[in-house]
Amino acid sequence: MNGIAILIPIALTLGLTGLAAFFWALRGGQFDDLDGAALRILIDEDEPLRRD
Amino acid sequence: MNAPANPAGVLPLSETLFSVPSIRCAGCISKLEDGLALTPGIAAARVNFTARRVAVTHLPELTLPDLTNAIGALGFEAQPLAAATAGVDRESRMLLRALAVAGFASMNVMLLSVSVWSGADGATRSLFYWLSALIALPTVAYAGRPFFRSAWAALRHGRTNMDVPISIGVLLTCAISLFETITGGAHAYFDGAVMLLFFLLTGRVLDSVMRDRARDGVTALLKHTAPGALVLNAGGGTIWREAQSLAPNMRMIVAAGERLAADGVIETGMSRFDLSLLTGESAPQPVRAGDAVHAGTLNVDAPVTVRVTAAGPDTAIADIARMMESATQSRSHYVRIADRAARLYAPAVHALAALSFAGWMIAGAGWHQALMIAVAVLIVTCPCALGLAVPVAQIVACGALMRAGILVKDGSALERLAEADRALLDKTGTLTLGRPEPVDRTGLDARQKSIALALARTSRHPLSQALRRTLEAEGIAAAEVESIAETPGMGLTGRFGGKAVAIGRAEMGGADLACRFEIEGERAETILFRDRLRPGAEVLPGQLAALGLPASILSGDRAAAVAPVARALGLTAQTAMHPQDKLDAIARLTAAGAKVLMVGDGLNDGPALAAGHVSMAPASASDAGQNAADAVWLGDGIASVAIAIRAARATMRVVRQNFALAIGYNIVAVPLAIAGLVTPLIAALAMSGSSLIVIGNALRLRRAAR
Repeated sequence: MNGIAILIPIALTLGLTGLAAFFWALRGGQFDDLDGAALRILIDEDEPLRRD
Repeated sequence: MNAPANPAGVLPLSETLFSVPSIRCAGCISKLEDGLALTPGIAAARVNFTARRVAVTHLPELTLPDLTNAIGALGFEAQPLAAATAGVDRESRMLLRALAVAGFASMNVMLLSVSVWSGADGATRSLFYWLSALIALPTVAYAGRPFFRSAWAALRHGRTNMDVPISIGVLLTCAISLFETITGGAHAYFDGAVMLLFFLLTGRVLDSVMRDRARDGVTALLKHTAPGALVLNAGGGTIWREAQSLAPNMRMIVAAGERLAADGVIETGMSRFDLSLLTGESAPQPVRAGDAVHAGTLNVDAPVTVRVTAAGPDTAIADIARMMESATQSRSHYVRIADRAARLYAPAVHALAALSFAGWMIAGAGWHQALMIAVAVLIVTCPCALGLAVPVAQIVACGALMRAGILVKDGSALERLAEADRALLDKTGTLTLGRPEPVDRTGLDARQKSIALALARTSRHPLSQALRRTLEAEGIAAAEVESIAETPGMGLTGRFGGKAVAIGRAEMGGADLACRFEIEGERAETILFRDRLRPGAEVLPGQLAALGLPASILSGDRAAAVAPVARALGLTAQTAMHPQDKLDAIARLTAAGAKVLMVGDGLNDGPALAAGHVSMAPASASDAGQNAADAVWLGDGIASVAIAIRAARATMRVVRQNFALAIGYNIVAVPLAIAGLVTPLIAALAMSGSSLIVIGNALRLRRAAR
């Protein structure tokens, strides 16, 4: 019974953390452009080129 | 991720959305984002690859043409999008959040339920049920809203749909499980309730994501052909005005290759106008000073000055739009197959549950036991597989069609497409390509072709563009032609190897278009242009007939222009039809019991597309045509029409199989439930098992669009 008292809150907290992370990512627009995200990894520059 | 930071956070910046259909790769993304960020006045640009859009954050001083030109300078064609089309994906976001919550809850409740099934007892079981209730009840309140809302809306109007049995099932299950938990009973069904929501939400999310994608695809195609015009002001200068701020008596300058943004009368200049989008007529009509011209038509030859007589809602186009709106209403009466099934299913299920309750009461069981059995019947029959049967099949089919270049706007379009038993085809732009193509180029040798390409690619004239497309497709490299000049209405001149070369207009009788190609000291060649049949058009009538759809042509063009096409395809044709005539033709067939598939592209087809039982349009169609059509196909070939019908029928076959599977499962499970043998474990197994079978069956449609 003692084990359960510790393990169940841990399981629930982990699950809730995942859920919160998903909501955060959804609000941040990370699921708006799934095909684009797959392509952006191929782009080298993190900063746009600056004119000299 | 790599959008540059806003350098002028204090300035009020505006954001404008553009549709850029030609974004194809990672290179395009970085080219656009980095290139635009370097343009003065633009703070940031962000590409959405999935929707083929760019959001540009810029100083308010920059106007639409400035921004379009900035994107054009990077080598992309862009169309401004109305802000209204930007934030409409709220529904799928909301569903996605509900799905995430339901997923979280079913995982955790299932974890607790498994312990109970494997023998947890007494205080432990009671604790686990309380925990399950703590997770499940808020989840049902949150994730069940889409179903409750739709069920309530249906009930209020005295109807019923699939969401009514779902809502009643979920709510009753939760209520009885809570009661069991409070009284320390043995059977709580929280896992069943949240799992049901999870499965059903999966179907809903997929459905709405697919609709968003098709809609984005169609929006990206919309051309917004004349968002404005160059207007002459009193001082003799010109200023760019957007279409909605044009007013009567303004004078606009319309260049060759430009579309009119308002109705008007030609003041100076003469040219030919392509009316095909408006009337279906294939040959450009000559116009001169004093002639009336309409918004949406294309100036082919030379620049003209047009005095605006009507703008915005007063134009001829707006009339057609109103006609379309009223035609659309007939379609809203269509009842989707899932709702038709629900009309039979819901009363049957609820009657069955009530009967089992009454039966067990009469048989002498306590009211508690009788109620538990009635609830078990409801849970077992809760249309989990039935709710998935239709959307999953339609989504898989829509995905397959999308890969084949056919965008289907929603699931009901597939259902209606499968039912169609009569096809009406527009001619100009639907059976034909709707653009002039060089017919016979054998007169030109390779050297002449390369000179012609060098000249043609400098002009926006439709014939030049057509010549350039064809020659480039042949792999011709342009020659080094110097001092190229264009005389509007006359043609192009240049010098090659010391000789004068020219492409100019050629007068031809009849409906054909032509231009003359000349090299100094050599014989002039005439290049003929004609509106070709789409690839696959020859076999389409046969394919449609084999599918049980006799076809005929409805055209706004003259009989003389329609006859050759009708003869080549072996179809009967009605010609010189106005939009209202096309509507009447469809109404007559519908009254006779036919389910009409309308295939068309022009503005003049818009009302007919909206009135048909189901409709398809090519991607080259007018905005109005694409908006009214249920499905839009990309590319030149017209074979897509037959492919779409076959895929739609395959989908309906799978949907019916899924219904049979779901009902078959009920026939096995319901007697068990009525006999009082169903425990939460059996209910959960049966529910997920039947859902997986239905999904697996639907996945067979992945190859439907072959």
